[in-house]
Amino acid sequence: MRDSKISTKFNAKVVQFAILLTVFFALYFFVEPSENNLLWRLPPLIAGLPFLINDFVSYLMYDFMPVEIYDADIDDYEKSPLIKEITRSISSAVLFCIQFVREILVGGVKTIVSFTSWDFVSENKWAYWPGLPWTFVCSATMLLGYSLQGVRLACLSGLATLYIAIFGQWEPAMQTVSLVLIAAPVSFLIGLSFGVLAYKSSTAEGVLAPLLNVAQTMPQFSYLVPAMVFFGVGDHAGAIATIIFATPPMIRLTLLGLKKVPPEVIESGLMSGCSDLQLMFRVLIPTARRDILIGVNQVIMQCLAMAVIASFIGAKGLGFNLLLALNSLKVGKALELGICIVLIAVVLDKLSLAWANKQVDYFSKMDFVSRHSYKLILIGLLLIWSIIAYLGSFFAQDGFNYLYMIPHNKGITTEHFWQAGVDWILDTFFFGLKAFSDFLIINVLVPMKTAYLGMPVVATFVLVMGVGYLIGGFKSAIIVGGFLAFIALTEWWDRALITAYMTTFGVMISAIIGITVGSLCAQSQFASKSILLVCDTFQTFPSFIYLIPVIMLFGVTDTSVLTAVIVYATIPATRYTVEGLRSVPESLHDAASMSGVTKLQRWMKIELPLAFPHIMLGVNQTIVFALFMVIIGALIGTDDLGQYILKALSDKNGIGNGLSLGLCVAFIGLAADHLIRTWAEKKKRELRL
Amino acid sequence: MGWGKVVSDWAEILIMEDKMKIGILRRCVILLAVFFVSLTSLVNVAKADSSEPIVIPTHNWSSQVVMAYVIGGIFESMGNNVEYVPADTQAVYEAIRNGDVTISHEVWQSTFGKSFYTAMAKGGIIDAGTHEAMTLEEVGVPQWVIDQDLCPGLPNWEALKNCKDVFATADSGGKGRILEGPQSWHGQEYPDRVEALLGDDWVVKFAGSADALWAELASAKKEGRGTITFNWTPNFTDADGFAFIEWPPYYPGCRKQDGGDSKCGSPKGWLKKAANYKFPKTHPAAYTAFSQMSFNAGQIGSMAKLVDIEGLSHQDAAKKWLADNEAVWKPFTKAGM
Repeated sequence: MRDSKISTKFNAKVVQFAILLTVFFALYFFVEPSENNLLWRLPPLIAGLPFLINDFVSYLMYDFMPVEIYDADIDDYEKSPLIKEITRSISSAVLFCIQFVREILVGGVKTIVSFTSWDFVSENKWAYWPGLPWTFVCSATMLLGYSLQGVRLACLSGLATLYIAIFGQWEPAMQTVSLVLIAAPVSFLIGLSFGVLAYKSSTAEGVLAPLLNVAQTMPQFSYLVPAMVFFGVGDHAGAIATIIFATPPMIRLTLLGLKKVPPEVIESGLMSGCSDLQLMFRVLIPTARRDILIGVNQVIMQCLAMAVIASFIGAKGLGFNLLLALNSLKVGKALELGICIVLIAVVLDKLSLAWANKQVDYFSKMDFVSRHSYKLILIGLLLIWSIIAYLGSFFAQDGFNYLYMIPHNKGITTEHFWQAGVDWILDTFFFGLKAFSDFLIINVLVPMKTAYLGMPVVATFVLVMGVGYLIGGFKSAIIVGGFLAFIALTEWWDRALITAYMTTFGVMISAIIGITVGSLCAQSQFASKSILLVCDTFQTFPSFIYLIPVIMLFGVTDTSVLTAVIVYATIPATRYTVEGLRSVPESLHDAASMSGVTKLQRWMKIELPLAFPHIMLGVNQTIVFALFMVIIGALIGTDDLGQYILKALSDKNGIGNGLSLGLCVAFIGLAADHLIRTWAEKKKRELRL
Repeated sequence: MGWGKVVSDWAEILIMEDKMKIGILRRCVILLAVFFVSLTSLVNVAKADSSEPIVIPTHNWSSQVVMAYVIGGIFESMGNNVEYVPADTQAVYEAIRNGDVTISHEVWQSTFGKSFYTAMAKGGIIDAGTHEAMTLEEVGVPQWVIDQDLCPGLPNWEALKNCKDVFATADSGGKGRILEGPQSWHGQEYPDRVEALLGDDWVVKFAGSADALWAELASAKKEGRGTITFNWTPNFTDADGFAFIEWPPYYPGCRKQDGGDSKCGSPKGWLKKAANYKFPKTHPAAYTAFSQMSFNAGQIGSMAKLVDIEGLSHQDAAKKWLADNEAVWKPFTKAGM
């Protein structure tokens, strides 16, 4: 009885979809493509939005509330707007912090300058802060790893720092580390406080939710122009852009973790007489620790993912060198730098996790030496390595003291090995790849692009809103329609269609590959673990790395961009499939085997449906990843929204364009996100999960 | 400056509160302003002297980065402090105007001239003289396309009318393709020109970055296929030979955005130097030397070669160049004395 009900419902859905498609194609073929036809393209009614934003920002930054500032450089008073003075003060405070950490690591004079003056430093050559010897930093990280977790973490951190040092990337790596060491804790604190705020007040949650949605789907490039206009060019601007980008996941995960805290725990806290603050810091946050720690992991990953992008607005370090290497097509060098970034991410992540998980031992009674043993060893190490570094300076050749600091690009390099590998692949497969690319472009990509561009605006609306209605009812139709309307009323609708075409293609292929590979790997414990590790590694690589090999293989074509998109966007599809399938209870497997199903049947009828909601979340992530990569693909050469966002970086009024274009991209992502999430929720309810 | 100033600022505000009956909102705003301004003066306690570092921008091509270190080295030899900051090529003019960056030593006429003059019109940036090197930014073909005579009559532009097939690619729909730099470099200039002169048989595709151009040159060479890409001189590609298309000559006003018909090529351009307007006041000696600095195409090429061909790091290349060419740069430093 129930079965037949479900199947009639199912049939009804199929019929509805068929009707929707018929209407869509009817509109597609019968709407006349002309500029004046409202059904073909909407007029750009909000094309003025970027100018409004520009005017507002330039008023704020250049005219609002001028204050008199004494400028010692030219010995005169200057009028300077209040907001500019405020943002510049924030900038110099952030810059001071970054430089302070940086100079502890690699030495310098700027911290001393902040308390004295450049004159003082120029006249007194002794006023120079010597950086720590790399040997010390290396062994200190090892010691830290050991004290927090044990031998394994010690080995990992030791090897990673050693790698960075002997490959001659010490200085840029420490520049990046100093930026991350400031940006990550700030993101963490802001994220935690906003998360707590959203937990405490539902108004705050209501305000934050849409902001977070948009912030997480805006391409990273869109943050650069505002950061530059408000905070100037330099490490501070890079750090601030990084903080803006890395905070949203932290807020979200904090809120998620706090909400999951069972009421019993809160009540027991209240019964023990906790004050509000005590309840938060002694009960709620420790209980929500798992999700908050995932947040910390996300913050660190995002910070390093921004390392390259932040170098567009003046952040020094590995990211800038990577960009330079890519610009001169030195793939080997770029790969080496990319590995350094991954290593820093992994070490910081593991160390912070171990630190957060460490239990304080309140009960053991220890004497002074054993309580402070690590600190004592640390001081000992510092002394020993400093003396060695000092002795080394007597043997230094050409002023390079390798025991103190391995100078940039003077280490060993495996560049030639990687380069040779890339060259070999190019020489061997070049013509095959070329033929493949030409075939793909002529037979698939160009027709698909033309088809997307030939879509009348009314047909797009009917299709997307119709799907919304069928999945989530009237409300969903209105929501996705709203997102679409914003894009359709800007002057970038055609660009958005091209972005949509590339994203659709990328997502389809990625999802197929990801779900297939994920399903195969989920069959065994070992394969699952290995593939998850591969996913982790690929996800930490800065997305730029993927661009260069594909340009070399396929040239400046859409094939290049799409290959990079597919490689990058397959990661979440694979990961979520593996996780989803592995979480299907073992007892169900046994039950299925006893009913005599084959492996394929079990996969089709039991595992896949049960894991379906989780897999759909993976597809959701795939869409976001694909969108980001399509936008970054602008660096290869595309004609979609990304190219315009890139252009906004150098426009004199780029802030309005950059933000509006970013919103367009975000809304494409959010519309897809809404549809998939609603569908997955519905499935979940049907499965009673 | 320092704590004393901050304390007196706060005292002033408190006294003012007593004397005047100003609105609470306004008072808050003023307090906030003073707080942040004091913060600034605390963080930048040191100012007012020429030992402040000169901030030199580095962009994403080799000769520019090496020259940044070369100029930095010259400043350092004069006893100045120098700092390098990575910056976007177009955004840098706004940064110089605001004082975040002190100088720019490679302002290319046709690519950056507009941004430079826009910033100049807003105030805050000054012209610090011109390099000896002339620049040309134009589309062209690698020398071997001419040598193998793939399209007879090149580099004259009229030859292109008859060989669109040589330059067609998979995604160009049978038309000849010209690969331009990113759209942010010249906007609609090339599409306008191509439409005006060559008509419908040609398309312009925008590459996303300089590396995309070099990759295209490398792969075209491998395939032995003809390609037209945007390029410039002085550049490292000069070593292998590169022939720029000879379009009808440029005259002022010929471009569409200036009211013309776009039937003209790019002008031979200048390579200028720019500086923040405070630079002559804060670093008089360094400014004089900077305004005297002039490199020619050969010198710029030799800087790029040390990195692109000989594989030195940018800093090392600059050091080597400075050591080998003392005769060239020493006179700049003596100009003001």
